[in-house]
Amino acid sequence: MSARHSFHEATARQRIAGLLDAGSFCEYLPPSARVTSPHLGALGLPVAFDDGVIVGRGRLDGEPVLIAAQEGGFLGGAVGDVHGAKIVGLLERAWVEQPQGVLLLLESGGVRLHEANAGLIAVAGVLRALLALRLAGIPTVALIGGVNGCFGGMGIVAGCCGAVVMSEQGRLGLSGPEVIETSMGVEEFDARDRALVWRAFGGKHRYLLGDAQRLVVDDFAAFRSAAAELLAAPQTLDLAALEARHAALTQRAQRYGDCDDPLDIWARAGVPEPQRVPIMDEAELIALVHGLSGGRP
Amino acid sequence: MTRAAALAALFPGGYEPHRDGAVFAGTGTARDGTEVAVLGTADGAWVGVQEALLLAGEVLAVVKGHPNRPLLLWVDTQGQRLARREELLGLNIYLAHIAQCLALAHAGGHRVLGLVAGVAASGGFLSTGMLADSLYALPSGEPKVMDPAAMARVTRIPPAELETLRQTSPLFSPRIELFAQLGGVVGVWDGDLAGRLVEALTAAPSPPRTATATEVARRVREEGCDDG
Repeated sequence: MSARHSFHEATARQRIAGLLDAGSFCEYLPPSARVTSPHLGALGLPVAFDDGVIVGRGRLDGEPVLIAAQEGGFLGGAVGDVHGAKIVGLLERAWVEQPQGVLLLLESGGVRLHEANAGLIAVAGVLRALLALRLAGIPTVALIGGVNGCFGGMGIVAGCCGAVVMSEQGRLGLSGPEVIETSMGVEEFDARDRALVWRAFGGKHRYLLGDAQRLVVDDFAAFRSAAAELLAAPQTLDLAALEARHAALTQRAQRYGDCDDPLDIWARAGVPEPQRVPIMDEAELIALVHGLSGGRP
Repeated sequence: MTRAAALAALFPGGYEPHRDGAVFAGTGTARDGTEVAVLGTADGAWVGVQEALLLAGEVLAVVKGHPNRPLLLWVDTQGQRLARREELLGLNIYLAHIAQCLALAHAGGHRVLGLVAGVAASGGFLSTGMLADSLYALPSGEPKVMDPAAMARVTRIPPAELETLRQTSPLFSPRIELFAQLGGVVGVWDGDLAGRLVEALTAAPSPPRTATATEVARRVREEGCDDG
């Protein structure tokens, strides 16, 4: 029996090692270069020698890829001036080197509040560079399955990637449960209701909606396999694609805009026993989604 | 200055609205005769699913119907709508959709200028004005990441210290001139707005970027690789 290597609690470095071909990874601006945040010291905060993101190149099943992996253990993976610029530089490098694709291992709360306006500018830079790759047809695949989830401006980044792979444990959204509860009250969202949090933001719901193209078990091999498959597929960003997306998103809002719980969305989408979704394994849910008449919601 | 007054000043050739509300849109004629598609948020609007669809739809309409027409993204938003229903629908995807439509406009040869006219907050700002090829501001512009009280709680920076930072640091300041110093906007428009717009339409693109980021990105692009 092969051992499972959990993506969920692994560090960014462990994930890179677990995903890429053995010995193929080579890092840009490694910790030894000590390119750290110029802003955190003023707040009395410790820096990380890689500013919480690892960027480099390697091979995935023999194909050259560029890879960025956010370290959730450093400030929740939040994006500051240097962190964002490392990802931008990687994406700009992809523009020139034209790898098979770019893997973005996203685990982040979004803009690093400790760097505020610089963090905002940083995330915008990532979006801009990513969108340039989309237009050029260079595949970009987001892998989301870490402890902190992918929220804030990085949730927008995920939405701009050509494809998204999530595990059940992963979470993806814009404003996270705590932000909504703090701003709008516990009735709007009880951030301590873990079942609700995973129904709303977890990989299964995102897969059901079609915002994650693959749902995988929490295992390096499963993420690797899904990433390799998606990197090999064309990713188009053109007027026809965006018009189709516009129509689909309009329909999604019309169909589900008054739903207060994902259970209602799943029921309306034709899932026979929506309350079972949280306990289904990945294979069963994937089969169910493929079988939905009319395709995905 | 009201939005109507600002639009009149920017577009001496006239401004024709075709949509009004939290999301507004119209066509302005610049001093040099260029027709510009104006679209954006008004009066600190929240950007939720409906607003995102309207914004994206306006961008797509320009791309389809008006080749080469420049866009002016007007930014005046409190940020993304904070609501359970919006998150269930995937508001991040709706904002990403606006972003992709703007990328399509760039690719199609449209100039995309942004103008921070009021509060410019978080997701509502990131998915619109921050993706302009060049971002400017009116003196009333105010960048915002999060409410200071919430920011103090999340970062555990004591409120008094955060207030000092807001007064003194370009990273935390709501003042648009300091945001310009940081590299967030190219410049703040005052006086001859019509003239500033015409200059911007022909100036080389200059998107938001800090000096630190420019250097770090350059190093990642150019330096060799460490296989540890």
